[in-house]
Order: sequence, then C-alpha cells, then structure tokens
Amino acid sequence: MADNPQRPVTTTRAANRPLSPHMTIYRWPVTMMTSITHRITGGGMAVGMIALAWWLVCISNGPEGWQSFHAIWDTPLGLLVLFGLTWSLVYHFLNGVRHLAWDMGYGFDKREAERNSVIIYALSILGALAVFAAAWTGHAGYLQ
Amino acid sequence: MGSSHSGTGHFWHERVTAVALIPLSLWFLYAMLGLAGTSEVTALQFLAHPWNAILMGAFVCFSLWHAYLGLQVPVDDYVTTAGGKIFLMLLIRFSVIATGATCLFAIVRIAAL
Repeated sequence: MADNPQRPVTTTRAANRPLSPHMTIYRWPVTMMTSITHRITGGGMAVGMIALAWWLVCISNGPEGWQSFHAIWDTPLGLLVLFGLTWSLVYHFLNGVRHLAWDMGYGFDKREAERNSVIIYALSILGALAVFAAAWTGHAGYLQ
Repeated sequence: MGSSHSGTGHFWHERVTAVALIPLSLWFLYAMLGLAGTSEVTALQFLAHPWNAILMGAFVCFSLWHAYLGLQVPVDDYVTTAGGKIFLMLLIRFSVIATGATCLFAIVRIAAL
C-alpha cells in the first residue's frame, strides 16, 4: 500500500486500505429498505410523542387548550404530520410483529422475506389511508 | 453477553415492550379514531375514565420505554465519538423522561378535573 502511486505518501495505512464499494453502488434490497424504514418510523414516532404530550396537556387545560391544539394540528400541515405518524404506527406495528416472528425463527427465507416486505409496505399504506378515510367519511368520532 | 454485560437486557426489554405495545397501540388507534372530530368534553370524559386513563398511561410508558431503547441503537451504530455518544444518550434519556412526566401529569390532571 505504501508504494501506491495513486495515494499521497502522507496518508495512513488505514486510509490506504482498499474498500469494497457498498451502500452507494448496490441496488438496495427491499429487506434493507424495510429495515431503514423501521428505524425512521420509530424515530419519527419518538419525536411524535411530543405531539401526544401536547394534546394531553391541551385537553387538561380545558376548552381554550382544546382550541389552541386544533388551531395548529387541524391544518393541512398538521394533518400531513398526523398522517405520517399514523402510517409510521401501522408500519412499525406490522414490521415489529415480523421482527418478533424472526426472533422465533420464522420468515428468514429470502424470497419469503422479500415478499413479506412488499406486503408490509402495501398494508401499512392501506391501513393509514383506511384510518383517514374512516375519519373523512364520518366513521370516526364513535366515542361521542 | 458482550463486554458491557447488558446487551441481552437491552434486547429483551425491547421485545417485552414491543409485545406490550401490540394491544396498547391497537387500543390507542381505536381511541384516537373514536375521538377524532369530537368535542373537548368527549375527550375529557373518555380520558377521565379510570380504564382509559390507565391504558393511556401504560401506552405512554411502554412507548417511551421502547423509544428509549430503540433510539439508542442508531446512536450506538453511527456515532463514533465518545463525546457525541454520551451527549446523545443523555439527550435521549432526558427527553424521554420529560415527555413521560408531562404526559402522566396531564393524564392525572384530566382525571382530577
């Protein structure tokens, strides 16, 4: 490595070590995408817990609190964030169940894992859409 | 167990909280959808009911505990400096406790209203 003409002589041995191309060059397998999505949805919901705290505090503050919450969250941007959190919950739930199945030794076959990844993406989007469709078609608010 | 002697505990607690969150998050979705588009009075009455207050408290605790464990993993994976790791681990711990304390206080306050 030290006599590699492509490298300046001052670089360290470690920096000169040949590297195999990775993330940036290979086509991402769908199982890699579901794994990354699991982390992103989990992190997103962790931040989203602030919205739950906000909602609970506003309710505890009485009618003015309720209105102040709705003034911010019952807006296009607020609903977009809530849709993202809903999808995150459905996705993380479904993929989380798959993680528990993996822990018990099920679903490791490559084709099966790839097929389940696509199913989880599809079901999570359908689930989140179903929740919002239920709200917009008057099927929500049943606790009144 | 690795050199930290705590890896199995982290893994196991992540699974225990995940299993607890299966029914709790289904209840949470049911509650949120049921309260969507209703009034402040409905939400107050629902959350003031003992069972719902307990379930919301349990959902908050298990969610934040699970989030606490989960957020540590990318920090362990991607943060290479000791200072950055300590800073983020403390930030995660304090944020989770602050959020949890706020939620639990609000739940108790609603029940006492």
